[in-house]
Amino acid sequence: MGKNNLKICSDLEDIMPPEYRELVASATYGKENRGWKDIGSAKELIEEHSLCAGCPEAIAFRYVLASLPNPEDTVMVGSTGCTSLVFPHVAVHNIHSLFGNQNAVASGLKRALKLRFPDREKDVVVLAGDGATVDIGLDMTLQAWFRQEKFTTICFDNELYANTGGQESGLTQKGFVMKMAPQGKQFNKVRMPEIARESGCAYVAILTVSKPNLVERVLKNAVLIARTIGPTYIQIYTPCILEIGKQSMEGLQEMRDAEGPNDRFAFREFITDEAKAFLADMDEKKKAAAAAKIGTAAPAGVK
Amino acid sequence: MAGNNNRSIGAVNKKGQKIVEPEYLFFEAPRQEFFMTGSEIVKEAIRRASVDISVAYPITPQSEAAALVGELWTEGYVGDYFRGENEFAVMSQCAGASFGGARVFTTTSGPGTLRAFENFPMWSGARLPILINVMVRGVNSPLNIQPDTLEMAFLLDTGMLIWHAETAQELFDMLLKGFIVAEQPDVHLPIAVCIDGFFVSHTKEMVSLTGTDICLPHYDPYRSPVPCMDMEAPPMRMMRDPFVMKSNYISYATHASWQQEVRGAVERARKYSVRYLGGMIEEENSDADILIVSSGTAVAQGREAVRLLAEEGIKVGIVRIKSIRPFPTEELRQATKNARLIFVPEFNVSGWMAREIKSTIDRNHRVIAGPHVAGGMTMPPEIIAEEIKKVMHLRKKELVHG
Ligand SMILES: Cc1ncc(C[n+]2csc(CCOP(=O)(O)OP(=O)(O)O)c2C)c(N)n1
Ligand code: SF4
Ligand SMILES: [Mg+2]
Repeated sequence: MGKNNLKICSDLEDIMPPEYRELVASATYGKENRGWKDIGSAKELIEEHSLCAGCPEAIAFRYVLASLPNPEDTVMVGSTGCTSLVFPHVAVHNIHSLFGNQNAVASGLKRALKLRFPDREKDVVVLAGDGATVDIGLDMTLQAWFRQEKFTTICFDNELYANTGGQESGLTQKGFVMKMAPQGKQFNKVRMPEIARESGCAYVAILTVSKPNLVERVLKNAVLIARTIGPTYIQIYTPCILEIGKQSMEGLQEMRDAEGPNDRFAFREFITDEAKAFLADMDEKKKAAAAAKIGTAAPAGVK
Repeated sequence: MAGNNNRSIGAVNKKGQKIVEPEYLFFEAPRQEFFMTGSEIVKEAIRRASVDISVAYPITPQSEAAALVGELWTEGYVGDYFRGENEFAVMSQCAGASFGGARVFTTTSGPGTLRAFENFPMWSGARLPILINVMVRGVNSPLNIQPDTLEMAFLLDTGMLIWHAETAQELFDMLLKGFIVAEQPDVHLPIAVCIDGFFVSHTKEMVSLTGTDICLPHYDPYRSPVPCMDMEAPPMRMMRDPFVMKSNYISYATHASWQQEVRGAVERARKYSVRYLGGMIEEENSDADILIVSSGTAVAQGREAVRLLAEEGIKVGIVRIKSIRPFPTEELRQATKNARLIFVPEFNVSGWMAREIKSTIDRNHRVIAGPHVAGGMTMPPEIIAEEIKKVMHLRKKELVHG
């Protein structure tokens, strides 16, 4: 799309909602190297949200949106759950259709965009909860990976069904007493990153959102690798503070407590050799371009 | 328009097909006779339909047609094609492709229709003009692969357009016309083109086809009443409060008014269906005292019964329903206004078509729900004729003094 499409007829400017005017004036569509550091100085692609106060899903959403390499040509696919309360406030095209079918929708969408825009990159990014990704939608999650569909799947893992009031999910830890698991969960947290790797993902990462730099790096890797090589998967811990009995300001500490070297959200990355080579090559090109820029920089005042 | 090809009328696509006006293809283009099965007809219709994406899944009796569409992809007539993992996923894949601005075609049958079901009202609500060819078959239990129209009853209130073809010829025409009606900006809804499995899909008949050198214009997603999800138009924060905020009056109002709008769009399809199908119903001697009213191949059996009864001096007329959504309410009221008895033969256990008709016309005690057979049982014309004679006898008084 590019920023040029985002214009307001001057006669109507005064009646446009202020958040839309801000989007036109200072959003980061088309900005090279956009990232989480733009937060605070540019208009974010997410308006105020209606999640619980302090819900880590909110900050995760903001980092993800700030880190998309190409939001002006990105379409997102969501699913029912707490994340679907946020998508209506997101300023990239996004699809909510049903609960759990997100990777099937994304498969059709990506193929349609490839067909209609053969010479342009249109990124597709799925963002859904753990119930959507690992339980009700598991077959479609995996089958999209088996088929090597070229899009990124992000799972906001809060280890339960939050939107329906705190029921056990496949990503709940073993032994936890939850609604519908009155005697505690009887089986282990599903090892989704390993399953993703074995199912054909070219890049897999599991992390929390305690470090925005890391979220940005992982997200960019995932989107760029999905564009060129094959499916990618990111699993992010976004604790449901409401259901685990934490206060609004305790989300960050909860994430830090879950990412020690032996904890379940210790940062891990799987990357295929092909994807590794692709990233190295991209780095190389970037460095060369930067060097060329310095080398040929015209003296001040000369054009 | 994004994309690389010239897509205007008169342009030639990469298969050498000239893009023509739909009306020309439907009504004027020269045609040639062929002897073909319904499944082969699906392939021939889609060859001329400028379909971007098709997703397939095996289930009898639609498997052959779905596989033949795959051959079209290999031949270069269809943009993309793959086998999905189950019908729920397939219909969601179709949704994704349609959200992304593609013309989408798929097929299913019986258990597949039911497995996919949550998608159908979503397609309507999201205004996705997907064309699905439903080759009806019995639904479990017990397991059954034979023709049975029960699944159409479930589709009635999804907000989709529903047409019922009686023959392979009509299937060919409805598949092509279906895209054009479904994609009208004031309609923009999914459409189910139904046929009776096996009876139409697996039998050969003479059909007259337009040449392979012409095809329909492409779908233009920018004529859609809702934005295409391709980031080619400015995105904006769409709602101040998400619909699902349960205590919010706006959410109720939005849902209710949008659902009414979907029904309104079904109504707005009426004028196009009339124009392209040459009317929503087809009448033969509908001034007779006794009428057979139904859709699909049940009507073909009814026609034979009419012949048998004529030999005995009993005059029976026929009204065949081609479009089930929108339903031909006024047409049926007019066509049945003088009838004393209205028989509704059906290939299903529930008699849903009789229910539809009863809820549409006045003096609905005239409607006899039957005969109906299920699970692929045949419905010999003799059975229809016998049923008509039996009821005539029982209601003789009424017929005389009416
Ligand atoms: C077919 C279907 N089944 C069940 C539901 C109810 N439902 C809505 S949201 C949800 C839970 C979502 O959990 P998750 O994907 O983990 O997202 P979270 O709310 O935890 O972020 C469920 C079960 C539904 N909307 N549709
Ligand atoms: S219910 Fe849990 S996951 Fe949902 S918004 Fe509240 S804190 Fe976040
Ligand atoms: Mg969850």
